[in-house]
Amino acid sequence: MTPSPLRSAMTVIGLSIQEGVRKRVFLAVLVLTMGFLALYAVGAHFAFRDANEFAGGEAKILDPRAFTGATIFGMAMFATLFLGAVLAVFLTLGAVRGDAETGLLQPLVVRPIGRTTMLMARFAGAATLSAAYVLLVYFAAWGITRATGHWSPDHLFGPALALALGVAIIAALSLLASTLLTVTAQGIVVFMFFGAGLTAGLLAQIGHAINSDSLHTIGRVASWALPFEGLYAAGLHALISDTSGLTGVVLQLGPFGGSEAASPGLIVWAFAYMAGVLTLAAAVFARRDL
Amino acid sequence: MDAPVLAVAGLRKSYRGQEALAGIDLEVGAGELVGLLGPNGAGKSTLTKIACGLVRPSGGRAEVLGVPAGSPPARAALGYLAELFRFPGWCSAEELLRLHQRLAGSAGGSAERAELLDLVGLGGAAGKRVEAMSKGMQQRLGIAQALVGSPRLLLLDEPTSALDPVGRRIVRDLLDQVRDRGVAVLLNSHLLSEVELVCDRVAIIARGRLIKAGSPEELAGPGGVEVETESGVRVFEGAGREDAPRIVNELVAAGERVYRVEVRHSSLEEVYLEAVGGQTG
Repeated sequence: MTPSPLRSAMTVIGLSIQEGVRKRVFLAVLVLTMGFLALYAVGAHFAFRDANEFAGGEAKILDPRAFTGATIFGMAMFATLFLGAVLAVFLTLGAVRGDAETGLLQPLVVRPIGRTTMLMARFAGAATLSAAYVLLVYFAAWGITRATGHWSPDHLFGPALALALGVAIIAALSLLASTLLTVTAQGIVVFMFFGAGLTAGLLAQIGHAINSDSLHTIGRVASWALPFEGLYAAGLHALISDTSGLTGVVLQLGPFGGSEAASPGLIVWAFAYMAGVLTLAAAVFARRDL
Repeated sequence: MDAPVLAVAGLRKSYRGQEALAGIDLEVGAGELVGLLGPNGAGKSTLTKIACGLVRPSGGRAEVLGVPAGSPPARAALGYLAELFRFPGWCSAEELLRLHQRLAGSAGGSAERAELLDLVGLGGAAGKRVEAMSKGMQQRLGIAQALVGSPRLLLLDEPTSALDPVGRRIVRDLLDQVRDRGVAVLLNSHLLSEVELVCDRVAIIARGRLIKAGSPEELAGPGGVEVETESGVRVFEGAGREDAPRIVNELVAAGERVYRVEVRHSSLEEVYLEAVGGQTG
C-alpha cells in the first residue's frame, strides 16, 4: 500500500522536529538562549535605570524610556535573528548531500515518498522549529523589556512575523545549499549569505546617515536579493514607526537608520523568493544520484 | 512462468563518462534468491541502487513488478538495506520500525514490529537506542527495517559485512524464511561461501558486465574424478559424474584394486576467480 503524500510529509516533518529537539546541540542552543535572555534582562534593567537617571531633571524633549527600549529591543531583535539563523542552518545541515554521504538519507528515500515531498517536509520541520524558536525568544525579550522598562514597541506582532519569515527563508537557502554542497561548505556559504545581508543593511544605515544615494541603493537591492535582511529592517522600522519628535529623529540616526516599512511587495516577494529557492532545491535533489 | 519481480535489460550507467554498468540483463523471480558477485567497483551497488530508485540509469530498462524502478509503486514493493547506512542515533529500534511502517504505508502495527525484531534476533532490544547498538545489531535492525511492509522484493547490499558467525547464521535462516514467503531477493555479497549456501542463482559481474550466471551447481562445473587405488590417489581431470563408472571399470579390468572414488567440483570461488580474471577493486 502506498501512503498518501500528506501522511508521508507529516511523518517526515515529525521526524525532523524530533531529530532537532533530541539532538544535544538543540539543548545547547536552549541553554545559550537562556543565558542570552538572562544577560538581556540584566542589561535592560541597568539601561533603563541609567537612562532615567540621565533624563532626571532635564527638560524631557527626548523620551528616555522609548529611546532605551527601542535601542535595546532592536539589538535583541538582531540577536534573535542571528540565533534563529544558527538554528535554521543547524536543522538543515547536511539534509541532502551530507545525509546521503553518511547513509542516513537512503533508507528514507527508497520509501514511496517523493523526493520533493521529502524535501518540503524537511523544510517545513526546520522552518516551523526555527520560526517557533524566534517567536519564543522575541516575545521573551519583549516581556523582559516591558517588565524592566515599561516600554513596548509601536507594533508588536509585525516584527515578530518578519523575523519568523526571515528565518524560514534562511532555512530554505540552507536546504538548497545542502543539495549542492558538503556539510562544512553548506554552513560556510549560508552564513556568508547571512553576513552579506546584514552588511548590506549596515551600508544602507550608513547611506541614510550620510545621505548617500549609492549606499542606500545597495542596501535596497540587497534587501530584495536577500529578503531576510529586508524583513529584518522592516521589523526594526515597525518597532518605532509611530515614535515621533526628537526621540524618533535620534532613533533614525542610530540603529534604526535606513529601515523602511514592510511594503506588501516585500512580503509577496519574500514568499515568492522562498518558493523559488525551494523549487530549485527540489529540482537539484530530484536529479541527484544517491 | 510468472513475470519476474525484478527485470533489468540492457541497463547502463555512466558517472561522468566512467561506465559503471555496460548493459546488464538480469531477472529475479518471486521466491528466488539471487546472489550478485563481483569485485569492488564492478557495478553491483549501482545495479541495486537503480533497482530501488536511488540512482537514475543512463540507458536500458529496470522494472519492479512491471513498473519502472524508482516509481512510487515500485518503491512501495521493495525493501532495501544499503551497504553504507546509518539510522538516527536517538531513535530506538521500535521507533525506527514505526517510522518506516508509516513511510511504507504498513498497517502491521506493533505485531509486525515485534515479529521483525524477533526475526533478526533483536526481540529484547526494542527500546534500545541505535547509538547504543553494536554495528552488528544495527545491521540486523537494518534488515528488519527492509522487511517492513512485507516487500515483494528485497535488495540487500552486503547485509552481513558487520556480523559475527552467529549473526550470519541468523540472516541465512531469515533469508530462507523470506524466500519461502515468495519474496524475491537480490543479495550483494563478497562472501562466496555464504552466497553458495543460500542463493538459488548467482550472477557474476565485472567491469559493469554480466560475466556468468546460473545456479551454484551449474556454475561449479566438473572438477575431475579422484580415485584411490593400491598404487595411490589418481585424479582424472575433466571427468564428471557420468565418467566415474567407466573409469572404475577400466581400472578394475586393468587389475587395480579401487578403495575410494570421489567426483570433484570446482568451487564457486574458483569459478568466480576464473570469471573475474583475478580482478579486484
